[in-house]
Parts: sequence; C-alpha cells; structure tokens
Amino acid sequence: MSKETISLDRVVIRFAGDSGDGMQLTGDRFTNVSAILGNDLSTLPDFPAEIRAPAGSLAGVSGFQIHFSSEDILTPGDQPNVLVAMNPAALKTNLKDLQTGGFLIVNEDAFTERNLEKAGYDKNPLEDGSLDGYQLIKVKMTQMTVDATKGIEGVTKKDSERAKNMFALGLLSWMYTRPVDPTTEWIQKRFAKAPPIMEANLAAFKAGHAFGETAELFASHYEVKPAVLKKGTYRNITGNTALAWGLIAAADRASLPLYYASYPITPASDVLHELSKHKNFGVATLQAEDEIAAACMAVGAAFAGQLAVTATAGPGIDLKSETLGLAVILELPMIICDVQRGGPSTGLPTKIEQSDLLAAMYNRHGEAPMPIVAAQSPSDCFAAAIEAARIAIKYRTPVFLLSDSFLANSAEPWRIPNVKDLPVIENTFATEPNKDGEFWPYLRDENLARPWAVPGTPGLEHRIGGLEKQDGTGNVSYDPANHEYMTRVRAAKVAKIAEDIDPLHVDEQGGEELLVVGWGSTWGSIQAAVRRVRAQGHKVAHAHLRHLNPMPKNTGEVLKRFSRVLVPELNNGQLVRMLRAEYLVDAKSYTKIQGQPFLAAELETEILKRL
Amino acid sequence: MADEVLQLTKKDFESDQEVRWCPGCGDYAILSAMQAAMPAMNIPREKVVFVSGIGCSSRFPYYMNTYGMHSIHGRAPAVATGIATAAPDLSVWVITGDGDGLSIGGNHLIHALRRNVNLKIILFNNQIYGLTKGQYSPTSELGKVTKSTPFGSLDQPFNPIALALGSEATFVARSIDVDRKHLTEVLHAAAVHKGSAFVEIYQNCNIFNDGAFEDLTSRDKKMQNQIRLQHGEPVRFGENNEKGVRMTGNAQLEIVDVDESNESSLLVHDMHREDPALAFMLAHIARGPHEPTPIGIFRSVERTVYGDAMTAQIGAAREKLGEGDMAKLLASGDTWTVN
Repeated sequence: MSKETISLDRVVIRFAGDSGDGMQLTGDRFTNVSAILGNDLSTLPDFPAEIRAPAGSLAGVSGFQIHFSSEDILTPGDQPNVLVAMNPAALKTNLKDLQTGGFLIVNEDAFTERNLEKAGYDKNPLEDGSLDGYQLIKVKMTQMTVDATKGIEGVTKKDSERAKNMFALGLLSWMYTRPVDPTTEWIQKRFAKAPPIMEANLAAFKAGHAFGETAELFASHYEVKPAVLKKGTYRNITGNTALAWGLIAAADRASLPLYYASYPITPASDVLHELSKHKNFGVATLQAEDEIAAACMAVGAAFAGQLAVTATAGPGIDLKSETLGLAVILELPMIICDVQRGGPSTGLPTKIEQSDLLAAMYNRHGEAPMPIVAAQSPSDCFAAAIEAARIAIKYRTPVFLLSDSFLANSAEPWRIPNVKDLPVIENTFATEPNKDGEFWPYLRDENLARPWAVPGTPGLEHRIGGLEKQDGTGNVSYDPANHEYMTRVRAAKVAKIAEDIDPLHVDEQGGEELLVVGWGSTWGSIQAAVRRVRAQGHKVAHAHLRHLNPMPKNTGEVLKRFSRVLVPELNNGQLVRMLRAEYLVDAKSYTKIQGQPFLAAELETEILKRL
Repeated sequence: MADEVLQLTKKDFESDQEVRWCPGCGDYAILSAMQAAMPAMNIPREKVVFVSGIGCSSRFPYYMNTYGMHSIHGRAPAVATGIATAAPDLSVWVITGDGDGLSIGGNHLIHALRRNVNLKIILFNNQIYGLTKGQYSPTSELGKVTKSTPFGSLDQPFNPIALALGSEATFVARSIDVDRKHLTEVLHAAAVHKGSAFVEIYQNCNIFNDGAFEDLTSRDKKMQNQIRLQHGEPVRFGENNEKGVRMTGNAQLEIVDVDESNESSLLVHDMHREDPALAFMLAHIARGPHEPTPIGIFRSVERTVYGDAMTAQIGAAREKLGEGDMAKLLASGDTWTVN
C-alpha cells in the first residue's frame, strides 16, 4: 500500500559525509531532479580545501545544502529541516544547524567505535539519548547497499560500499517524491564505460528508494509542488558556468574571438574547464605557466584584437596587479574575473568572502582606476560578464568582474534568455590614419576611449607601453603637465562610465528610514531578510550595487534620502568605507567573516535592531 | 612572409623616435643590424610586432617602425605569447636582456620555448644590470665585483644557450653585437624558423661592464676564441683553422690541435640533430666568453608550432561539435518549461 503524501512549501536538506563519500555528487543530483520538477531552488556546496582529508575526520567533512520550494526563494536556507549524516564526523559538525525536531537520517553502519573516536564522541550519540530532540532515523546504508549489489559480476566490496551515496539519494528521492527516471538515466550515462559500477549504483539507488517505500520507519512522504515561475524554459546553472557562458555570449555579441588565459586556482578553475569545452565557438583557452603570465597573455591577445579574459582568485589577484596596471596605461579592453575566496594569503580557498573589493579598487601602484562589475546571484554571472565586456570594449579599459566562491558553486534555476535579446556590443577597429595622415594611438573619442588598432593593419604601426604616454601621439613623455593630464584623463574616462549605466534601483515601498545597501552575492540573503522584516509589518529598503566603480550617478542622492544606512558585507567592512569616503554618509557596517554566506535570520535580526 | 617581393628598405623600419642609449652602447649596432636585416625577410611591416620587457634593451620597440609594445619587467614572452597565439600570421619578436629574460622573467622564457610559440626571442646579454646602474646579473661571472657585490658575486651564472636547450627550444643561436654579418645571418635564420627561436647576443655595456666580450671581439684574440659553428662542417677555429673539437672516448668534448692524424675524428656540426645533448655539450665547452666559445646556430629542429596547434584544435572542435550555437548551448542539459 502506498504511503500518504504530505505537501510542503519548502524544504532544506543538507547531505553531509566524508570528502570521499560523494556528497557533492549526491546533492547535485538531488538538485537537478528538483529543478526538473519545477521547484525554485538554491544550493550551497561546502567542502574542505583538502581533496581527501583523513577518512572519518572532522576536517574531512563535505556538505551540500539544497533549499527547494514551491515559492520564489533567494537563499540556500538558514536551517536544514533534514540532515543526512553519513558518519559521526558529519553528524558532529552539522548537527548544530539542524532545526529542532527535524529529520536526522544517519548511516548507522558508519558509527563504529573507531569513527566515533575520530569524531571526538565518548559515547555513541545514536544510543545515549542526546538526539532525542530530532526525528532520528537510523539506516544501515552500507550494509543494505552491499546486500543490494550482491551477485553483480565484477563489483568488489569496496565498489559496493562506495555506492552508498546512491542509496541515500534513492531514500531522499522517495521521501520528497522526486522523479526516479532522470537519476536512473544519469547513472546509466555516467558509468556507461564501467557496466558493473553502473549496475551497483543503480541497485543502490533503487534499494534506497524501495527502503523508503517499505520500511516502517517512515509514516509518510512529502512533496514540494513546482514553484510559480515566469513563463519560459529553465535550466539549473552555477555561477562559474554562467560566467563562462556569459563570456562566450559577450564575444559572440561583440563579434570578437574570445581568448581566455588562466592558471588553475580554486574556485576559478571551473571557468577554464567550462570554456575549454567550447572551442567550437572559436574560444581559445590557454593554461598559463603562472598567474602573471595568464594576465600578460590576455594583454597580448587584447593588443591583437580579441576579447581577452583572465580569471583568478585569492593570491592570484596580487600576482596579476602589475599587469593590470599595464593594461590601465595601455588602455586596452580586457576582463579580469575574480572569484573571491577567504584570505589573506592562501586563507580559506574553498570558502566565500567578499574581501577583494578594495583590492579591485586600489591594489595597483600609482593612480590606476579600473571599472568594477559584481554579480549578485549564480545566474546573474551571465549578465554581469556581458556588462563587463561592454564596458571594457567601449571604454578600452581592463574591467574587474567580481564573483565569489558561493556564486561559483551554487546553483539556481535560470530562465534561459533569448539570444536575440542579449545586448549587442558595438566595436570598431581603427583602420585609417586619424590625424593629418598619421595614426595617433591616444587620440580619444567622445567617451575618452582611444582607438583600437590591431597589428596586421597597414599604415597604423604604432608602439605602446608602460612608460607614460604623450596624450594623442602616444609617444613616451616625461613632461610633468602631460603626466598630470593623463592621470586625470584616465580617471575621468572611468568616472564617465557612470553616465552609461543603470541608476541604482531601490526596492522600497515608501516611508522607509532604513536603507540596506549590499553588493555581490549577499543579494539573496539581504532580500530574504528584507522580506521577512516587511512581513512583520516594518519598513525597510534595499539597494544592491552591480557597478562598484564607478557607482551609479544617483548613489549619493539615494543614500541621503534615508536617515539610516546599513551595509552588510562578508568582509571586514569594505563597501562601507567607499560609501563613507565618497558620499560622506554615516553608513553603518555589519559584517561576517566566517567563510559562509549570511543567514537570512542573522540579517533579519540586525535589520530589526536598526529600525 | 609575403609571396611578392616587398620593396622595403632599412629606413622603412626606423621610427621617428630619438634613440636614447648611452653613446657607444652595443645596442645601437644590434638595432641597426635588425633594421637592416628586416627588408630581406620580406615581411610586410604591419605584420611585425616587437615586444619587450624592462631594461636598456627593452626600449628597442620604440625605435622600430612596426607594431610594438614595451611591457613590464620579465613578462615580454608571456605578452608575446598572447599576441602570437591570437594572431598566428604575425612575426612576433621579443627583445629582452639577461636580467629581464633570465632573472625576473625566467619562468616565461622557458615556458614560451617549451611550447614552441612562434616567437623570435632576442636576448641581449651584457652580463650586467645597466638601467639600474650596475648590479650583477644572472649571467655575471662568479666573483664579479659590482655595486651590489662589493666583495664579489656568489652566484653561479646561467649559460643561456644551455638553458634554452634544456627548455626544449627548437632554435638556439648565439651571435655578437659587433659582428654585423654574422648577426644578420643569425637573425635571418631565426626569422624563417617556424616556432620559438632563441638568439643570445653578446652585447657590450660600455658604461658598467666594458670589455666583457673583448676576448671574442678584439682583433688580436677573436680568431683564437670564436668557434664559428657551421652546419655540416667540422667544428674548427683558430687563425689558420688549426684548432678543432672532438669527442673523447668517455663522451666529453675536447679541443685539439688539428693534424692529419685526427682531422677525420673532429666533430661535424649538425644543427638539425633531434637529440640536444651534443648542442648542450658545445654550449658548455666555454666556461665564459674568455676562452674558445661557439657562436652560430646550435640547434634548429622542427616541432609543431603552438599557435598553429591552438588554431587546429579550434578547427577540430568545430568539425566535431559543429559551429558554436549560443542558443543551443544555453538550452543544453536538463531543462524544463513553464507555461
């Protein structure tokens, strides 16, 4: 007899296990079937920097959280309603986040004396009553997986045990009424080259599903109906994929070849991986010998007339600084993507931080202004990349594109845009002399941008370089007045972009005294918190900056309309300094520097305090 | 190179910028040799790009009436890699020095060489830092007394030829600033080579390291110290070709007085030899430019050019996957439709 189905609006599940337990894969699959089902969703992968920390250790715990809902959602969720703990260490590190009374599903087989000891448990928490506040469900996942895969030819005991994540996926798929076919097909495709492994994973997945259906442990299962989303075709997308596709789209819309040079670094490497798959778009990718070379190759490709991009994170930004200064004085179009992570130095390579804003702004010697564009959600990385390219090409300048580790790895549903609706990026190369029969490489247009004359163009042979340039001719100049002029004109060119970007939009209903100002990936958390506060009958406004340099022209006016301004950031207070310095407003800072996104509840509390 | 013969002259390659090296600097001779060598290469001026880093030699691009970029310290091979891979039909030249190319930029140099990017890398070796006014460089001899080493340098110098060979360079040569004819021949050979060509030029810095190469250049010593490598010829040198190089029984090179009994045992230079070991041994036959030292082309072999391989890979991807279609890409994978 089929069990009862209970309808829920939203559920937050966290899968947690050892780094080698396949939790990211399990979470990813659950995400995809939820997307196919039409749920709105947001995910938060959270994994250690070590590829395989010692098995069973606290340091080696890897987690994947998914928030799925029949309504519009903005964050991966504050508190999991369900925690799947594959071993004692996963339980120990994640239990504190689980909602009281929530489902706690554990792989009982992993609670051995040795594993308990590694996780620092004196007694087995499954037996001492310490978990009485939760709906504890003990499942012998390892054993049942081994049993289910018995008799499959060519499968070792180790292979069987490794398939236990698929058992967990099967069980959760049953619990939340996820479709079975897409996962079955996916397993068949993924392991097509190793039929015994495919069989084992299929058997484990089915066994998990069947266990939910038949076991006495579950009285009912749950469904989360599709969300009411705008009409259109959707897909799930992570920030790094959206960023890569945005770059391809930008090159396409600008009719320029895309040239991407980078050095492997977490969490930016996936952009290189993704772009390398799409060479049929004319994308050139080059894995450089180091961070500096990657930036320099991009400068070279920009000189040669391509849409040149490099990406990095963390310490890579420091290494690229000198080259960015060169790009500033050369006034060549180029994009540098910074997928921010925790710092300083190696810092927290896999964790989120918004701590490179001031580096993007100022981390170059001399006066070297650069435009900065920041993405605010995983799918928004697509549009942000196109905007960065538009500015770079129109104004002949290197542009910083800021993403972060949360956006990079998190997924959300994305309404696939119509390619024809994407903005066209105008570009004209210089082909003729521009000054009395000569070619002057630093003769500027109405946007203060200089001509882009590509090697190979007859008659426009010219030399550029890192030494100060005479305005107009571009010849080396040590003239004091010229240096001051060029410094001011480079700054004026970047400042002028403010006339060419959307004004700062304020999400407000009228009568607010408090404005919350954010930038980048905190958009979802801030927006969720603002909605919660409003639901309680309070008034609060929210503005989110896509352009950090220059900021929209109305920014000062917006800030001054409110008596209180709160700036939440995942750093030690960077945007707040810029706002205070630029606009002389008494903006207050609220920061979190734990390598984790803001919880909506944290921001809700903070906003309520400041009302 | 163009199919038709372009009517270019040395003057076409001279820019209108005033040349600002110290009077008497070896760089003048190299610049003049380059400008004079260019017309014979028959490359349209607009297809030529000179890229440099930082240092005295790196001012070079400003004086060439071609495309050019004076980039940042040590990074010219990386910038030039970007140019040469983005536009494989260009003739891209890197001008660097012993400090720029072997110290701060050593990493980019070796990687450009191993990739075989289509670059002509010309390293002006004066064994000193000139622009910063006289510190020792990675090619300065052990014990060198300079401003930064008043008690003598402790650093073992690089042998640039050996370094290039060790980096899997496909073309490796050495010439001398004051030997216009030899230098022109080497530059021409570098220009026609497909892939990375590395040319070390011994260049005199008359301010901070004057006479560093005098044993190879002075009228009375040069014949006994220049071992001029000629492809297919026995390795011989001396006023009357009385010296030669041969391989000993225990696989070492030695310099011998040539006579009838040993003439046939002399090493015959083969620059196309795939195995770089012999070229490496020749590079090490002199401990410094104070004793018999080979000049000329050590190695010239063929290997896939990096930019061509990148272009071919893009072509192969288009063949396999079809021309990129943005709409198709965006709609790939699992999608669902909301009506």
